[in-house]
Amino acid sequence: MSRIGQTFIALKAHNRKALIPFITAGDPGKGLTVPLMHVLVEAGADIIELGVPFSDPMADGPVIQRASERALANKVGLKDVLAMTAEFRKTNTTTPVVLMGYANPVERMGYEAFAQAAKAAGVDGVLTVDIPPEESTGVSDVFKAHGLDPIFLLSPTTPESRVEQVAAAAGGFIYYVSLKGVTGSANLDTEEVAQKLAMVRKHCSLPVGVGFGIRDAATAEAVARIADAVVVGSRIVNEIETAPEGECTNRVKHLVAELRRGVDAASK
Amino acid sequence: MKLIDLPDSRGHFGSYGGVFVAETLMAALDELRVEYEKARNDPAFVAEFEYELKHYVGRPSPVYHARRLSEAYGGAQIYLKREDLNHTGAHKINNTIGQALLARRMGKKRVIAETGAGQHGVASATVAARYGMECVVYMGAEDVARQSPNVFRMKLLGATVVPVSSGSKTLKDALNEAMRDWVTNVESTFYILGTAAGPHPYPMLVRDFQCVIGRECLVQMPELTGRQPDAVIACVGGGSNAIGIFHPYIPHENVRLIGVEAGGSGVASGKHAAPLTAGTPGVLHGFRSYLMQDENGQIIETHSVSAGLDYPGVGPEHSYLKDVGRAEYVAINDDEALAAFHDLCRYEGIIPALESSHAVAHAKKLAPTLGKDQIILVNLSGRGDKDINTVAKVSGITL
Repeated sequence: MSRIGQTFIALKAHNRKALIPFITAGDPGKGLTVPLMHVLVEAGADIIELGVPFSDPMADGPVIQRASERALANKVGLKDVLAMTAEFRKTNTTTPVVLMGYANPVERMGYEAFAQAAKAAGVDGVLTVDIPPEESTGVSDVFKAHGLDPIFLLSPTTPESRVEQVAAAAGGFIYYVSLKGVTGSANLDTEEVAQKLAMVRKHCSLPVGVGFGIRDAATAEAVARIADAVVVGSRIVNEIETAPEGECTNRVKHLVAELRRGVDAASK
Repeated sequence: MKLIDLPDSRGHFGSYGGVFVAETLMAALDELRVEYEKARNDPAFVAEFEYELKHYVGRPSPVYHARRLSEAYGGAQIYLKREDLNHTGAHKINNTIGQALLARRMGKKRVIAETGAGQHGVASATVAARYGMECVVYMGAEDVARQSPNVFRMKLLGATVVPVSSGSKTLKDALNEAMRDWVTNVESTFYILGTAAGPHPYPMLVRDFQCVIGRECLVQMPELTGRQPDAVIACVGGGSNAIGIFHPYIPHENVRLIGVEAGGSGVASGKHAAPLTAGTPGVLHGFRSYLMQDENGQIIETHSVSAGLDYPGVGPEHSYLKDVGRAEYVAINDDEALAAFHDLCRYEGIIPALESSHAVAHAKKLAPTLGKDQIILVNLSGRGDKDINTVAKVSGITL
């Protein structure tokens, strides 16, 4: 079983929900990503989502767009992200790492070559935002063959008839996007999400993570009550962007610890 | 599958095209695909589209024998398909009418569009006014500055123009932002995509709406010359005017199809917008095609004197036509395009768009290699009024 699968089983045994923070690799600096990953774990992350910078992040709002631009200015590409993961693995062999990004950098490297390199670096799952199951032939099967979990999205606009198809292609967990819109959007309606998740679970046995619109302990708690995992991206990236120099890791640690308390409050 | 019957049911032209978008848009694209299938087979829809093209756009657009230009270029006879004479001054209106009629059919009251040179933005604002829809146009901040007359036109027509300051501040960034709007407002909004690119079904439906150009030529050329041309030349940014004139000619195997990309400061300089000439396949903006990218798969900035060609990708059908050898693709540099712009002004009394000037510039190279009895058909995709500030600036003149 994959490291992601094991993580969810262990959490379930303790009646806990997963916290999955997101950071963009290379933001704010090339040398800060691995220390930040360790800080995320210390503060309570169960799985780390590591953003692969891309020049045209179509599905992202301004906060993560700017993170991508900073990372690209620091000359961080897919190969560097793999090297960072390998570096992280030298001292952490238990926390799953999911790469999240867009198709083209992976396409350029080649799906087979990427899958080999990612597995060797210690990557556990891959979410390519702009590869839906319809286009994943030759992608998700290659990932699976190398022991990488292909993570797919579901959204409020996904019709029930599609959920099974998405679930069949997916591995690790399903990422339910709680809002229509780009990353960093506001106003999460947990009532509506809960209804949608009930429908999703009828067709999908994988754990379901929920992201978009989670910004503090209260929203993390509300989502943890209905989902298996809570994904937080823009709020953390915003903290990185606004932190004074030298304060970045401290601020992130503080924020993720707060989110952790929110997630755990849901299990009490 | 025959070349003319592509794409397949999932929008693939060989390995190109497809639907590479985030999950939130999948249902909307599926709805569009199903609704377009119904519309194209609905005689009432087709009749209304044709009525609008005739009475609102002014079609058919003429084909004109550019005698003095042909003589000056010293070879083949050059004919111009006058898309510049359409309402709003370019081929773009053919597509925006088709898509606006689809939007109305689907009950969407808000339309959004991306624009580079502003021609598609103007064409979208025009049809939004014509059919009573709200219209928001995304335009790169750099393009807003260099195409100010079109920005004002869009505003006159009641559209909201949103300058986009992310990335390279040009067409590709406007497209990113339009996609972000669509993903946020997907249920109320119809995205009028401006070129034969993007996720399926856009490359197919934009092509179908633009094919009126080539279909008219198939009739007009024999009327004028007694036969079909030896070569058809069109400029290629995203490639909608080119695919519109090429596609009906695909089965006419003796007709050479030549697409002209923006060579900018020269392909060797790296400062250009010629993915078919010097790019590699990849995935951007929802489809697979030739792209301008670096070794890490990041999209690189493009350069062209013509805002409408300043795009790092190209419609997927062109990538396929290149690979199978049915069409040829070449690049024309800024200075060559500018020279052709002035040629057409002086020899024929026609001020062409800088985009279309690239096609004329290639005719200038090709014509002397052909006999005087041979025929080149150039798609003059737009008029150049919008470009007079740019041309003045590069000529060192202050207006």
